[in-house]
Amino acid sequence: MKVTLNVFLKEGILDPQGKATAHALEVMGFEGVNGVRIGKQIVLDLACSDEVSARAEAEKMASDLLVNGVIEEYTIEVAA
Amino acid sequence: MRVAVLHFLGTNCERDTHYALQKAGAKVQMLAHTEAQLPQKCDLVVIPGGFSYGDYLRCGAIARVAPIMEAVSRFADQGGRVLGICNGFQILLEAGLLPGAMRRNANLHFISRYQPMRVVSNDNRFLGKLDEGQILTVPLAHAEGNYYIDEPGYKALQQNNQILLTYCDATGAPMGVNGAVGDIAGIRNEAGNVFGLMPHPERAVDAITGSTDGLTLLKSVLEG
Repeated sequence: MKVTLNVFLKEGILDPQGKATAHALEVMGFEGVNGVRIGKQIVLDLACSDEVSARAEAEKMASDLLVNGVIEEYTIEVAA
Repeated sequence: MRVAVLHFLGTNCERDTHYALQKAGAKVQMLAHTEAQLPQKCDLVVIPGGFSYGDYLRCGAIARVAPIMEAVSRFADQGGRVLGICNGFQILLEAGLLPGAMRRNANLHFISRYQPMRVVSNDNRFLGKLDEGQILTVPLAHAEGNYYIDEPGYKALQQNNQILLTYCDATGAPMGVNGAVGDIAGIRNEAGNVFGLMPHPERAVDAITGSTDGLTLLKSVLEG
């Protein structure tokens, strides 16, 4: 079962990569860029038989290793 | 003073650290990440700098699940003293042995230069031989040293005298370097037996390289 985690710095935590990229877009002439946030995507292939257990397993992995809750937040998508 | 210096895949400061600690008067033993136990007689564990596991996922995140780290956590829980330098500091944060987290430097640059820092507190088992307000100049070398902790956490650090070192200019005035909350360069845990700092004292132990302030710091750490 495929589980996708999208990990971003929490709102309010400075994202220097996003800020630099937003600045570059402005320099290139793109207007109205209110913000850029850069995160990472982690795609897990899990041997779980149902969505509920796959989600639970991935959430445990996120809190134990994949995401640093001090500065990061994430969303989770489970594909059947 | 018997010191164990750990090395993980990608650690690259272990030999400098070994040399510097020996010069400061310690008996040093190197220990690989695969070991499950610390030496029976060990007064201090040092996690040196480098790029453990290529900084994959997050700096220090993979190293903290290496077998030796369980032993380090037990050692720290029992009051054993642990020092983390640069990537070692990041590993201690990821392991939860120190509060907070590291972000990319605010200016996105890898910072590599001599940097003064100020001793904020000497009421601890690491910097007891130094003076409050003393300025030490040692090399910085990191891309992720932008220390973060939330506001209540920062207040707690201040109240408990857990902030040991902050970045400053040559006169001792506060200086922003990498975006770190409170210009923090080094902190200890609440119990007072775990200390992490971003600057590299092991690189400033011979006058020929420009400073011996790192040796001064390490000697104080050893005298605990």
